[in-house]
Amino acid sequence: MLAALIFLPLIGALATWLIRSDHLRPMVLSLFALGHLGITFLLLIDTPPESLGGWFHLDALGKIVLLSTSILFLFCAVYSIGYLAYRQERSNRVLCVGLLICLSAASMVTITHHLGLMWVALETTTISMAPLIYFNRNARSIEATWKYLLICSVGVALALIGLYFLAYATIVAKVEPSLLLDDLMRDAGQLSSGWVHAAFVFLLVGFGSKMGLAPLHTWKPDAYGEAPGLVGAMLAGGLVNLAFLALLRVYQLCLATQEIAFFQNALVVMGLISMLFAAVFMARQADFKRMLAYSSVEHVGIMAVALGIGGKAIFGALFHILANGLTKGVLFLSSGNIHRSYNSKSTDHVRGALRRLPWSGGLFLAGFIAITGAPPFAPFISEFTIVSSAFIQGRMLVGALFLISLAIIFIGMALTVLPMVMGDIPEESEKTSYRDSFLTVGPPLVLLLLVFLLGVWIPQPLMDLLREGAALLEVPK
Amino acid sequence: MITIADQLLVLVLLINFISLGTSRLMFSIRAVAAQGVILGILPGLIHPFSWHLVGITAGIIAIKGFIIPLLLNRAVRSAEIKREVEPFLGYVPTLLLGALFTALSFGFASKLPLLPEHQHYMFVPASIATLMAGFLILTTRRKAISQVIGYLVLENGIFIFGLLLADAMPIMVEAGALLDLLVGTFVMGIVINHISREFSSLDTSRLTSLKEE
Repeated sequence: MLAALIFLPLIGALATWLIRSDHLRPMVLSLFALGHLGITFLLLIDTPPESLGGWFHLDALGKIVLLSTSILFLFCAVYSIGYLAYRQERSNRVLCVGLLICLSAASMVTITHHLGLMWVALETTTISMAPLIYFNRNARSIEATWKYLLICSVGVALALIGLYFLAYATIVAKVEPSLLLDDLMRDAGQLSSGWVHAAFVFLLVGFGSKMGLAPLHTWKPDAYGEAPGLVGAMLAGGLVNLAFLALLRVYQLCLATQEIAFFQNALVVMGLISMLFAAVFMARQADFKRMLAYSSVEHVGIMAVALGIGGKAIFGALFHILANGLTKGVLFLSSGNIHRSYNSKSTDHVRGALRRLPWSGGLFLAGFIAITGAPPFAPFISEFTIVSSAFIQGRMLVGALFLISLAIIFIGMALTVLPMVMGDIPEESEKTSYRDSFLTVGPPLVLLLLVFLLGVWIPQPLMDLLREGAALLEVPK
Repeated sequence: MITIADQLLVLVLLINFISLGTSRLMFSIRAVAAQGVILGILPGLIHPFSWHLVGITAGIIAIKGFIIPLLLNRAVRSAEIKREVEPFLGYVPTLLLGALFTALSFGFASKLPLLPEHQHYMFVPASIATLMAGFLILTTRRKAISQVIGYLVLENGIFIFGLLLADAMPIMVEAGALLDLLVGTFVMGIVINHISREFSSLDTSRLTSLKEE
């Protein structure tokens, strides 16, 4: 079953490569996405034991990330049928193949417990997404692709140094050299502390830049701004979570060594810096897709802070993986529709979206309300858990800064979003052929319903999964 | 055998300086290719014979020494750009900085808690110095191709450190990392092509339309 999870998308990639019709390809993409989600659910119900000497092991953390990635991917795939019908000026072959290769590599990241293999898969997701950011083939998108490719590649290369240091720590400690998570955790007490310490710094910087934690986020606004909506959704709701999973693995290792306090402090500081950065740049943002990128910087910051605080906040962080991933799907897909309809992503031109596109405009507005942490949506639950945990643990300053940034971000985002969706359509606005249709509105709508549903009721199996995951990350007393 | 390895590492360090000091892109690419071949030979000198080793050696020499340079050469030729012009920092200052970093990395490495059997060899200082040289090239050059060369030098630096831990790295992971590097360079080559077509130059300092005001 685990093998099917990896190979099904690869077969899909081959199939979409061979298909000649631009019309048929997104449908095949959706079919494989559906298959992948099916396998994911089967694996969640009946989880196989670890295999190949601990190389592959789908644990609770992996399951949460796999579930959110697979759900988001399916909706993006279905959306692509409608969306790509408007983009017939160029072939969508690379887009579909790249998405499926990325899905395969993403599944690999979630099921492996070998840190080296996880690194390879993570780097594969980075590279496979690069051509997709360049889908629009203009000067701006190539600039974004170049920055993304170079910064993420160098970042992930730094993470590789971190892994090498970890491996060297095992050699110095004269234990069996290995990069298997379980072996490392077992031998953690004996590892050479200098090397382990250095390794954690490099891993944090490396995976942090892939995740887009400030101040390593500089590629993010460009890449998210220039990529098509559905690619942006996969980047902000999928790839970010994979990098976060990598950080969770490092966190697990830190728990086993004596380095956890240092790592937690670093996470809190980087997380708060990300949130403050986002708060500053979100205000008066004239490009609504770039605004969403800063929102993504904010939310990786939230997850990092939660991980750094520990305790109850861990549950919030894990729930936020799902909540943020799905809400980003709503925002990016509906913003893609608005972009198509106005043929512009500048807030000077895009006004009155609720009149022109009642569905997409409404979804964008609802997504904005959800992502800023308003009840009754899912991000409210996770953010509330995190902030209350901060105060319960007596981290007053962290909690206060957290709340202040959330408030500034809410105001800053509202200043961009409200004029966009309300108001009158400018008279000189370009007329385009885009109309809201079932296939372009349905996926973000269902995603929004899911976000709403998770906000009012968490199903028991999911609750158990989240608790099981949080237990893996608990700081031993 | 170890002394030969050390001498080869000196050669690697010299190649760093060649890439730091030359403005001719073709020459720089050839230097990095030579560095790749040396890195391919090194594992054979410090580890006992095994088929795993043969595979890795062949893979490294083929990919780092031939295929990646070929891809870059093609990109240079189609972009019709021969030289790096006006780097952000001149050649003499970068060379001096490179020398400084190399000296510092020797000092730093002697302080690291290395295994006694690794203490007297140059692997760790050479690795750090190469890494820093890669960073220098990446940050001081304007042309996209020079930046890719910087990235490759940086990867080579990481790779030298990896030589110390052949046992911890299974072949699948090594091969995967190598493949990622190859595909990454391939994609970068394509992007370079498009940059030169779109901007009629490979100057990354022209990539400035995406800025916060």
